[in-house]
Amino acid sequence: MIAEAVLKPGGDAATALYIVSFSLFIVGLKQGTHPTTAKRGNMIAAVGMAVAVVTTLLLDGMGNWGYIAIGLAIGSTVGAYASIKVKMTEMPQMVALYNGVGGGAVALIAWSEIRHGISLGGAMPLEELIPTLLAGIIGSISFWGSNIAFGKLQEVIPTRPMAVPGQQIINAVLGIGVIVLAVIIAINNDPPSQGLFILILVAAAILGNLVVLPIGGADMPVVISMLNAFTGLSAAAAGFALDNVALIVAGTLVGSSGTILTMEMATAMNRSVANILFSGFGGAPAAAAGSGEQRPVTSIGAQDAAIKLAYADNVVIVPGYGLAVAQAQHAVKEMANQLEARGVTVNYAIHPVAGRMPGHMNVLLAEADVPYENLKEMDEINPEMPRVDVAVVIGANDVTNPAAKNDPNSPIAGMPIIEVSEANEVIVIKRSLSTGFAGIDNDLFYEPNTSMLFADAKAAAAEIAAEIENL
Amino acid sequence: MSLFTEFAIFVLAIFVGFEVISKVPTTLHTPLMSQTNAIHGIVMLGGLIVLGYANDPLEYLIGTIAVAFGAINIVGGFMVTDRMLGMFSKKPKPKADGDDKGGAGK
Repeated sequence: MIAEAVLKPGGDAATALYIVSFSLFIVGLKQGTHPTTAKRGNMIAAVGMAVAVVTTLLLDGMGNWGYIAIGLAIGSTVGAYASIKVKMTEMPQMVALYNGVGGGAVALIAWSEIRHGISLGGAMPLEELIPTLLAGIIGSISFWGSNIAFGKLQEVIPTRPMAVPGQQIINAVLGIGVIVLAVIIAINNDPPSQGLFILILVAAAILGNLVVLPIGGADMPVVISMLNAFTGLSAAAAGFALDNVALIVAGTLVGSSGTILTMEMATAMNRSVANILFSGFGGAPAAAAGSGEQRPVTSIGAQDAAIKLAYADNVVIVPGYGLAVAQAQHAVKEMANQLEARGVTVNYAIHPVAGRMPGHMNVLLAEADVPYENLKEMDEINPEMPRVDVAVVIGANDVTNPAAKNDPNSPIAGMPIIEVSEANEVIVIKRSLSTGFAGIDNDLFYEPNTSMLFADAKAAAAEIAAEIENL
Repeated sequence: MSLFTEFAIFVLAIFVGFEVISKVPTTLHTPLMSQTNAIHGIVMLGGLIVLGYANDPLEYLIGTIAVAFGAINIVGGFMVTDRMLGMFSKKPKPKADGDDKGGAGK
């Protein structure tokens, strides 16, 4: 056992080390702005974390080393195992789980703080009690909301929106109830009531469940980002409660990141965050599909597609979530390799909500060895589209629908899209003419310069690659 | 530290966070999220502190779980971010000769 702790909590030395720690977080995040430096940035942030943890372990008052060792051992093992085993397609689930345990940790810490306050006797100072209450509420919402998000992404829970009748009213009652309980605890804080605090945790837990359950699969990028922001805020609140500057800054950084991503995702779907949270649109069953009228489409086979691609100069691949579902990223890369060997330029146009979380598609393609220089953002590729010979849409649907631009009455009107219809030719690889998440027909399929290749994404990409090789 | 000092730090951190993170390109948003998960593991500090003054079985349990949760975030978050970023920082292969070495099992 360590004979004597060396640092005073809140003392100069501890605070100085915490400042070093959060500075390293900021430097680490700053290095994350470019793929070539991001890996080093992650290391720098990890060093910052090591500084923070060691500083805390050296604080006066640390104890119960056996329990600390157990917690560290279990957590590190689980974290390390999961990070090695997780497939890149499963990253959204993993981040949802990490959001969840982060929120859960904060809720538990808040509970402990309340018990500590009671055991000290007398009134708990409000500047400590209020952040503790906030940490408990936000932590509990994040924990349960993230678990539901995980369940939906893992498809343990149906991904379609599930709403209880009178949902909005129940949510409102729960939300107001939580606040009222918090105010009661704060007023009668001599000592604060543990029973009411547990009631708050439970009510917030139900609220977390009810808020995420009705949200459909397609809106998951927004939900995950928002829960990320929530966990960050909860950590900052815990920092206020514990007078710990490292927690305040680190939590706020996470909160800012989650907030930025939430706003970007909502913009990419042309919807407000409130609209996503309070309407079950993002997984509306395709009931409204098929306006009845049959429109002609051009259907081609893999060989025709291979010829169109092989004799092009400039090809853009537009991947969507369907590509990830079909595990087609490696087959697509192989197709691109064949084209590049013939001198064709191949780029990838990635819509911000192409995956199940921000930047997900980029990671899937990077895993398949696509160089990041070839991953083009929507705003970068759209002006280039008229100079593209062939655009290949694989597993993407709504994000290529020209109705978003042309039809002001379309449910997706105004949504930013990848303007593939501007390219000279379009090949859409898709199993059928079925609709996307928005449940609406894609006008792109019926345009004269569009050819449909009805097949599974992975099989089609492999077949095209083989055909190109034989040309 | 006074409440207002802490509040000032909080507000400044918001501005720093927005400034730094808005420059992260879309390509790196998934690693950014897993890295912020890892940084969020800072809550383990809170777990350690409350475990420090825990003195009944329930508090031991709460504290131990909080520390374990924090450790999952820290270890899992940094490791998976490192794994992902490794995919981005691979050297682009020489394309000129059209020979894809080591590629798809050829």
